[in-house]
Amino acid sequence: MTEITLVEAINQALTYEMQADQNVVLLGEDIGKNGGVFRSTVGLLEQFGPKRVLDTPLAESMIAGISVGMAMQGLKPVAEFQFMGFIYAGLEHIISHASRIRNRTRGRLTCPVVFRTPYGAGIHAPEHHSESTEALFAHIPGLRVVIPSSPAKAYGLLLAAIRDPDPVVFLEPTRIYRMVKQAVPNNGLALPLDKCFKLREGDDITLVTWGSMVYETLQAAAQLAEQNVQAEIIDVATIKPLDIQTIIESVEKTGRCVIIHEAARTCGVGAEIAAQLAEQCLLCLMAPIKRVTGYDTIVPYAKMEKHYLPTAEKIIQAVQEILAYEG
Amino acid sequence: MTIVAKFEIPYLRFLDAEGQITQSLPDFAQDPQNLIAFYRTMSLTRSFDTKAINLQRTGKLGTYPSSLGQEAISTAIGAAMQPNDIFCPAYREYAAQLQRGVTMAEILAYWGGDERGNNFAANREDLPIYVPLATQCLHAAGIASAFKLRNQSRVAVVVCGDGATSRGDFYEALNLAGVWQLPIVFLINNNQWAISVPRTAQTSAVTLAQKAIAGGITGEQVDGNDIIAIKHALDQAITKAREGSGPSLIEAVTYRLCDHTTADDAKRYCDQEMLKQAWQEEPIKRLRNYLNAIGYWDDEQEAKLQAECSQQIEQAVIEYMNLPPAALTDMFDYLYASLPAIYLEQRRELEAKK
Repeated sequence: MTEITLVEAINQALTYEMQADQNVVLLGEDIGKNGGVFRSTVGLLEQFGPKRVLDTPLAESMIAGISVGMAMQGLKPVAEFQFMGFIYAGLEHIISHASRIRNRTRGRLTCPVVFRTPYGAGIHAPEHHSESTEALFAHIPGLRVVIPSSPAKAYGLLLAAIRDPDPVVFLEPTRIYRMVKQAVPNNGLALPLDKCFKLREGDDITLVTWGSMVYETLQAAAQLAEQNVQAEIIDVATIKPLDIQTIIESVEKTGRCVIIHEAARTCGVGAEIAAQLAEQCLLCLMAPIKRVTGYDTIVPYAKMEKHYLPTAEKIIQAVQEILAYEG
Repeated sequence: MTIVAKFEIPYLRFLDAEGQITQSLPDFAQDPQNLIAFYRTMSLTRSFDTKAINLQRTGKLGTYPSSLGQEAISTAIGAAMQPNDIFCPAYREYAAQLQRGVTMAEILAYWGGDERGNNFAANREDLPIYVPLATQCLHAAGIASAFKLRNQSRVAVVVCGDGATSRGDFYEALNLAGVWQLPIVFLINNNQWAISVPRTAQTSAVTLAQKAIAGGITGEQVDGNDIIAIKHALDQAITKAREGSGPSLIEAVTYRLCDHTTADDAKRYCDQEMLKQAWQEEPIKRLRNYLNAIGYWDDEQEAKLQAECSQQIEQAVIEYMNLPPAALTDMFDYLYASLPAIYLEQRRELEAKK
């Protein structure tokens, strides 16, 4: 089977679900003829026509707002925002409406919409193109926030997101759009939302991460294995709602935990995971939890971004500090 | 110099402040029974507002925005729309909601702080009351897009206030409606005030209707205290939208005769002379004067109508006051289609609270 990239897996999932469900419509800037700035919607206008692949005027609040309106009419809009730095104009619709229309009408109206956007640093993009502000969305009741880390995850999780009856913010790690290839059978099988995935088994330490940082973490684990340290890796995948149980079970086994994310540290999702571990399994910890994250700075422009992003070396260093911890 | 484009904003009025006819009436207005029906709805709405304010003042209702002086606008909306069209209100359109099957008890429940007030029993597709200004314009555009994609012969009618026309969402919705030729009608309730900010401090545009022009759609101004003018403009705009001939914007010029809400005191900023003048223009009196003049309304009918309104409203208040409290766990149970397991513990914690 041909191996495909993450961005091709997105395209494959969109194609599959548009064939399966007439209510799925795509909208966004440059998604039609141009196939999206990252080409994730290539060929879909030709295949499904302009009534289902809608090139919109350039206004992100509008894209978010009309998606909510369409969803309340029973369509299943999948809205693309070109970069996470531009989704903010649509936040009022995501936070004040999409996330709460079911609640405020006591189920009379619902909002089955997917807000897709590329996110994260490391692609030498101009400013505002490297945001990693997933915690903003994770704070909002009523939303789901999903971040795939591979072509297969992107396919299965996007199918699940489109089929989910509630709004999903779907963040696609730009840096790994074309970094890895996998065989992804186009079988229409969704992966579960609200579930963490265990990527690697290990007894010595738990590494919790998501998105493109999965690769730095896998790299770190491989090097640690050479030092006889077996790390367990958890790909959180759905950061809201958070499947803390899977993380707890792992930490209960290993007694140690490092959380890795590229977003700024303060109030990042890592803080929530650390807090819940402290609340629920503090006594199983043999050392303090550590976080390896982006700095509490604005993501620097391209020239300095590699100094901002966590690296395998930093992860290994954190692991070694924890292993050396003697209370 | 060459002029590349030129625009005009028409103004429509049939009934002046005294209730005199200024031009020949459209067909629907030649049947006094139609006008009587409007009059009854406007009167009911005004009585309902009065009652709601009383309920708030006596601690039985939360903050409430009245529609005093603006009853003609929402009465015309309710009369002009078809049942399967979709109404997207702001928060002063009770007359339209009532005509579309939303009950007074539901409206009171909403302002009384109960989400169930948005779960309309008889009207399942209209949007609930919208507080974040102008956001409903985009939702209406999305709804109209759905109609268009499905080739449905339905229209979205959306209302916002004069203040909301300063927001980006308003412009973005107009722009999209124009470029996609959506079956949508925008109606601005220009009541001259956004809490304390007067219309003149909102924009230097001569009219709000002209904001349509930038979006490539039709804009017109109507006397917002003349129900015949509003209804006529809406009829035309809705028909046009239904026929697939594109969107329209109607600016209905009226006056907020009430405070912004019960939490506001307009005396702090509103010139009382201006208010007094505005009362001379209000919509109910002028229609009554006209109906009186043509011999279709008298004091006896008026007294009977007022009694009927009171009775209907009292009934609704009883229903509202007797609404059993909602389950506390409702705050979890409508958050997602099915509550993610992670929140079950918080739900149990709330459930244990008696």
